Amino acid sequence: MNTAELSCICKQVRRDIINMTANAGSGHPGGSLSATELMTTLFFRQMRIDPKNPKDPNRDRFVLSKGHSAPCYYAVLAERGFISRDEFTNFRQLHSILQGHPDCKKVPGVDASTGSLGQGCSIAVGMALGAKHQGQDVKVYTLLGDGECQEGQIWEAFMSAAHYKLDNLTVIIDNNGLQIDGRNDEVMSLGDLPAKLRAFGFDLHEIDGHDLDAIAAALDAPAASGKPKCILAHTVKGKGVSFMEDQVGWHGKAPNEEQRQQALKELED
Amino acid sequence: MSEKIATREAYGKALVELGASNDKIVVLDADLAGATMTKFFKAAYPDRFFDCGIAECNMMDVAAGLSTMGLIPFCSTFAMFGAGRAYEQIRNSIAYPRFNVKICCSHAGVSVGEDGGSHQSIEDIGLMRMIPGMTVIVPADGNEARKATFALAQMEGPAYLRTARLASPVFEQDYPFEIGKANVLREGKDAAVFACGLMVSETLEAAELLAAEGIHISVINVHTIKPIDAACVTKYAQKCGNVVTVEEHSVIGGLGDAVADVLMGKVNCKFRKIGINDCFGQSGKAKDVLREYGLTADQIAAKIKETL
Repeated sequence: MNTAELSCICKQVRRDIINMTANAGSGHPGGSLSATELMTTLFFRQMRIDPKNPKDPNRDRFVLSKGHSAPCYYAVLAERGFISRDEFTNFRQLHSILQGHPDCKKVPGVDASTGSLGQGCSIAVGMALGAKHQGQDVKVYTLLGDGECQEGQIWEAFMSAAHYKLDNLTVIIDNNGLQIDGRNDEVMSLGDLPAKLRAFGFDLHEIDGHDLDAIAAALDAPAASGKPKCILAHTVKGKGVSFMEDQVGWHGKAPNEEQRQQALKELED
Repeated sequence: MSEKIATREAYGKALVELGASNDKIVVLDADLAGATMTKFFKAAYPDRFFDCGIAECNMMDVAAGLSTMGLIPFCSTFAMFGAGRAYEQIRNSIAYPRFNVKICCSHAGVSVGEDGGSHQSIEDIGLMRMIPGMTVIVPADGNEARKATFALAQMEGPAYLRTARLASPVFEQDYPFEIGKANVLREGKDAAVFACGLMVSETLEAAELLAAEGIHISVINVHTIKPIDAACVTKYAQKCGNVVTVEEHSVIGGLGDAVADVLMGKVNCKFRKIGINDCFGQSGKAKDVLREYGLTADQIAAKIKETL
């Protein structure tokens, strides 16, 4: 799939994020919009997956450690054919498969239930370790929030990824710089994140997380033998919707009808 | 009851047997293999043993990931750090998605002894049985710990196995083990006494002391706290009229509450919970600590007598 086609899908994913959260009256548009190019590239270009056989033991795995970006996940899964778009109207509603945070028992294509921050990266480490242990050619990808990296367990997971030499694991950090209470640097600074990631043993790639070619290049870069890969993706929270961009208030707030219409207008093809 | 073996040791040895017959079994530990007894498996199958270092939360979630790849992870550490520290990892990343991970924690209860209150988990049964869909097993002797380990590998889904540090008597009779099916070890009409773990042998001894005084109690080994054997609990409560529970755990949230949940509103009976009375443990020799908290055979016998 070429960049223009991917770009087109990203637009649709963004419209779905806006509609899903607006319909539900709740949800997390900000971090869903910042993750759009990263997740779209993974699911449409990178990962070896089959919507017709979502449980194929030899599929690549993905863990959305920042589970609150569920609207982006569901939109991508629907575009990719894992679930029906009809489910979108049920997002966050009683009896829906589309829970506020991803539930792998309910949604085809979801490999782990996440949402409680700090845990997904460890699960991905377990998957990558299991694949290596069984000699499976399986790649494991996990998407983390930068705010999520304040959780100590993330660093336990990083430590173990290097220790077990998981060069089949790619950790992507959606580095949008914002969290619920404010800027990361004001709430709890991560300090020199690239230096810390290198110190923890990652083969580090720093990119613009909205540049589809850069994402593809970083994903395609051959694994450094015995080292887990980390893609530190600099992104803009709320990307694509002018009034949401880099605004902390749009972490976990749904657009009202007027805001929905304005956002959709900005996201027209 | 002559030979003594700690349930943690029987668990560790059973893992080696299991490993021989099932190559999907993998074992994780958090730098306590020498104490949880996963060291036997580590020695036998080093390529299937993953030391996760002193990072229990990561270990639980790594196990969750391993289980999604078709492996059967047995995760061990002390009860305090497994059920305690990593509670939310177990809750959200293992039990919520119903992953096939076995959490096998040793050094539960006050019989940990010298390490003191910080290391004596008296809440783990409660924490684990509160989680929807979690199977909770507390073996009473070495044979049962071995059988429970095998049963866990056979069942699909998350489970918690609680073992003890202290060596305890192995019952002369080898009882069958089925998850969710309590074992009646002794019949008596005066009281139905439900016990688990180390307290089963203490209660059997208490039964002997009481028998010498003409009091005859039923002793029921409730090795599976969840799903509890409601039929057996109800039957013996009705039969005896007096119900006592004995556990090396807080009286809040453990076996006593599980039994009470079955009987409440259904069976008219006198009811008494014997356990740790909502306080923390302390350092001391295991036997001395058990005595301090009223969990030795003679103390249990006296409390049962009071209840009648």
